[in-house]
Amino acid sequence: MGVDLSSADEVDRIKGDISSNDSKRDTGKYRRIVKKYLPLLYVIFLMLPIYSLVCYSFKTEFEIKNSITPIPMIGTLANYKAIFGDRQSYMALFNSLLYAVMNNAISLVVAVPAAYGFSRYSFLGDKHLFFWFLVSRMTPPATVAIPLFQLYSALGIIDTHFAVALAHCLFTVPIAVWILEGFISAVPRELDEIAQLDGYSFPHFFIKILLPAIAPGIGVTAFFCFIFSWVEILLANWVTTIDAVPFGAIILRAGMALGLNPLGWISAMAVLAIIPGVLLIYFVRDHLAKGFALGQIE
Amino acid sequence: MKPINNRSLFYILPALIVVGGSTIIPLAAIVNFSVQDVFYGNDFIWVGPKWFIQVLSSKEFYDTLLRTFAFSATVMIIEVPLGILIALSLPRKGRLIPFYIIAIAIPLMIPWVVVGLMWLLIIHPQWGSLGALLSLIDLQIEANNMIVAWSIIVFVDVWHWTSLIILLCYSGLLAIPDMYYQAAKIDGAKRWNLFRYVELPKIKRVLMIAILLRFLDSFMVYAEPFILTRGGPGKSTVFLSQSLMLTASKQFDLGHSAAVSLIYLSIIVLFSWILYKVM
Repeated sequence: MGVDLSSADEVDRIKGDISSNDSKRDTGKYRRIVKKYLPLLYVIFLMLPIYSLVCYSFKTEFEIKNSITPIPMIGTLANYKAIFGDRQSYMALFNSLLYAVMNNAISLVVAVPAAYGFSRYSFLGDKHLFFWFLVSRMTPPATVAIPLFQLYSALGIIDTHFAVALAHCLFTVPIAVWILEGFISAVPRELDEIAQLDGYSFPHFFIKILLPAIAPGIGVTAFFCFIFSWVEILLANWVTTIDAVPFGAIILRAGMALGLNPLGWISAMAVLAIIPGVLLIYFVRDHLAKGFALGQIE
Repeated sequence: MKPINNRSLFYILPALIVVGGSTIIPLAAIVNFSVQDVFYGNDFIWVGPKWFIQVLSSKEFYDTLLRTFAFSATVMIIEVPLGILIALSLPRKGRLIPFYIIAIAIPLMIPWVVVGLMWLLIIHPQWGSLGALLSLIDLQIEANNMIVAWSIIVFVDVWHWTSLIILLCYSGLLAIPDMYYQAAKIDGAKRWNLFRYVELPKIKRVLMIAILLRFLDSFMVYAEPFILTRGGPGKSTVFLSQSLMLTASKQFDLGHSAAVSLIYLSIIVLFSWILYKVM
């Protein structure tokens, strides 16, 4: 083959050529310009509100309410100091962090064996079970709120981090099973057999061979369980009252009475809530589509 | 072929117990509540389909249901074409790609209630950066107006969730082999035909997953309208989740909310099943 088919830049050029072939030359030219700047414009559109929020968090209350400036002119760290000086505020952030991590642990511990089972064996009702996990992902949190509250009250775990972690399993476990199933299926089955021939016991094989082989998958899964737990508010708010309230509850309350709360403080709280996701995103940048598609695409 | 081994059910068991605890038990409880009336908290009386008849004959329920459908339809009509358009205009290769992907994914990592609060601040007529700019040209963002309230929540949802469609479609587009494009060029294809006959069929599956997910999440929308408009003006932005939570927290009206929950869930499962079959 004389043409270089391997370069994707080639395809970008071809797409450009095809665009400019269209009817009139002018439309093609405009289309090329649009194509060149559209992604950049869209990213700016996405970033502006976040930038605005970050600016608020570094402004004094006086500055926020009296002048609209694109950058903080006075500049202060008082808002962040207020959060870390107030037990209720920093504990709310810590609570959310804690239940998200607990949820992560529960989800991974139950999902890795389940994904292995789905990936390696056929068994009675496997297709149905796999679909049933989908139904679990479809269940609106609002529909299970009352029974969950009663169940957790009966178990005596209302207002604990464990309760929120368990409630979030409603959607994190199915997500974890789906994502991990893809990663385990990518490991050749021969590996299982060779390990068996070499005399590895099953638990030994599972921990020493399988887990390292799917380590990236576990990282990606952990990220998505964490994020889905971190962004959810309805259930987290519903099963907590005092000791385990999530940061979302504080933001919700402040949003209800916007004028009564210091705007800088609430912005700083919101910025802190954005940070974990943004910090972690870099590590999973190649798996974002796969994770959000619940592992259903390659 | 995978070997058949029924004992491997044991691998699934822990996951079943954990997920079952948060779906099967609550759902069973809902079915139970939906056909009974409760007195003094623990006296249950069989009432048959009474609650379902009550819900299905109330105008308020249909209004809320229609509103939720309207919201889902509106956001999808905007987000799907916009998402595809931006996915198509992203370059397939280059140094900027990781930058674009990360920036586009950021809204998906932000807690929903923070998204609501952020926009609430920004559009505030006096203190908000956008709100103040708009009031300079005498444009007040008044959430007392139904059209304005709807525009706000739809706009915020588009800001928040179009990224999901972009990410999925872009990954679908990357999977198209280069030679398809070479062939299209040799055939002298027009841009639209390249999209219609090469790109669209290839991203169909990913796109359907994206649409399914968008339907699920927009149909369950809660935090953003709750914080942005509080359901107002009147009840014009109260959606199913919020109305359910209102009944649950204010009246603890078990039978009625249970019946609504079951109908709500059935609609979601039915629609998802249809989408799943279309895939």
